[in-house]
Amino acid sequence: MQRLDYLKESPSQTAGPYVHIGLTPNKLGNTGIYPQDLGESPIQPGAQGEAITIIGTVRDGAGMILRDALIESWQADARGIYPGNDPRGAADPNVSGWARIIANFDSGEWTLNTVKPGRVPFPDGRMMAPHISLWLVARGINLGLQTRIYFEDEENDSCPVLQRIEHRERVQTLIARKTGPGQYRFDIVLQGAGETVFFDL
Amino acid sequence: MTLSNAIDSGPLFSRDRDWHPAAYTPGYKTSMTRAPFRPLVALGSTLSEETGPAFGQSMIGRLDNNLILNFTGQPAVGERIIMHGRVLDEQGRGVPNVLVEIWQANAGGRYRHKKDGYLAPLDPNFGGCGRALSGPDGSYEFLTVRPGAYPWPNHVNNWRPMHIHISVFGSGFGQRLITQMYFEGDPLIARCPIVNTIGQQKAIEALVAPLDMNRAIPMDCLAYKFDIVLRGRRQSVFENRKEGM
Repeated sequence: MQRLDYLKESPSQTAGPYVHIGLTPNKLGNTGIYPQDLGESPIQPGAQGEAITIIGTVRDGAGMILRDALIESWQADARGIYPGNDPRGAADPNVSGWARIIANFDSGEWTLNTVKPGRVPFPDGRMMAPHISLWLVARGINLGLQTRIYFEDEENDSCPVLQRIEHRERVQTLIARKTGPGQYRFDIVLQGAGETVFFDL
Repeated sequence: MTLSNAIDSGPLFSRDRDWHPAAYTPGYKTSMTRAPFRPLVALGSTLSEETGPAFGQSMIGRLDNNLILNFTGQPAVGERIIMHGRVLDEQGRGVPNVLVEIWQANAGGRYRHKKDGYLAPLDPNFGGCGRALSGPDGSYEFLTVRPGAYPWPNHVNNWRPMHIHISVFGSGFGQRLITQMYFEGDPLIARCPIVNTIGQQKAIEALVAPLDMNRAIPMDCLAYKFDIVLRGRRQSVFENRKEGM
């Protein structure tokens, strides 16, 4: 039999407790190496769409809020076009779509200021509800966790990804609560009661 | 659409979860309260994972990949090494324009971080981070010092082997990966609970960089070779997508 000459993906290792040295050195106070940290904002002035703020925390299985979590977000523009490598065309030039978000070193709270993304098609052509993809790393997390933020005030029932969640009550863990005009709350629970849905996508 | 674009935008190969470390690994205590207990919801990649942020050479500074000089301009103390390799996908193709970010302890095993209280001193000329963009063939290179081993609170006497943390982006957000590079011959590798979160010995070996004397520079520095492999992507030209996607 012939051989299949595929390589294996590099195995993951935890980002560890010092991930900020590498990914957000200026926010840590290690200034002078890079002029600014990458992923400061997923939007630039003039971005089209509804400006929104999402605030949240990341909690472990013992109920403790993580102070060392690092989250990256990736989203489409208000029309549902991604700003990088999207075969359907060019996105809003004022939406870069990607942000690097760190939990506050004291409170553990994180904040994302962005615009609400549009709907994006699933591979079979049905539309996914507006969402922001998250990738979460920290000490104690051996492989980055994938999850998504959906929005309470959008039509989520027809989203083909949310429909794949067998335990229906868990869908609520992916839906940001509206706390005011353009204001949302999204708390992530890593383990136990109310555990956030994580994906293998 | 050109063929190369078609390849780059295809669905992602599924991750081999037996090759990666499990989430819940009691030997590494912190994982016990940070590991999800419920199964992951698994489905094929979508545009949200197949697209991703793009980075350009214009954002890379001249000394960004030189950790010996990039903090103060004065040289850091330690064993000078070149860390080099290629970013590949699972089909073995070089992946260009990948942002590779690294961070590490100094030669004494101390991090420039307010939470690190190890008694080894900070090096005033070592910041501990660097970044580079992979070239047309996926190649990348850093100049740095070999990081020291250091103790960490887990079991009573655990020591991390010498290692460099590595963060990489592919062309899709679903390829996002963080890992660590270890050094050939380090006896602490086999004793490390974080290394041993990986179940398969062959997978551990994939993170150990061999000494590369052909890339060492005589009377200047040694070299270690470390290739990084990203999730592969299927060719989208034969994927069953509806018109206009």
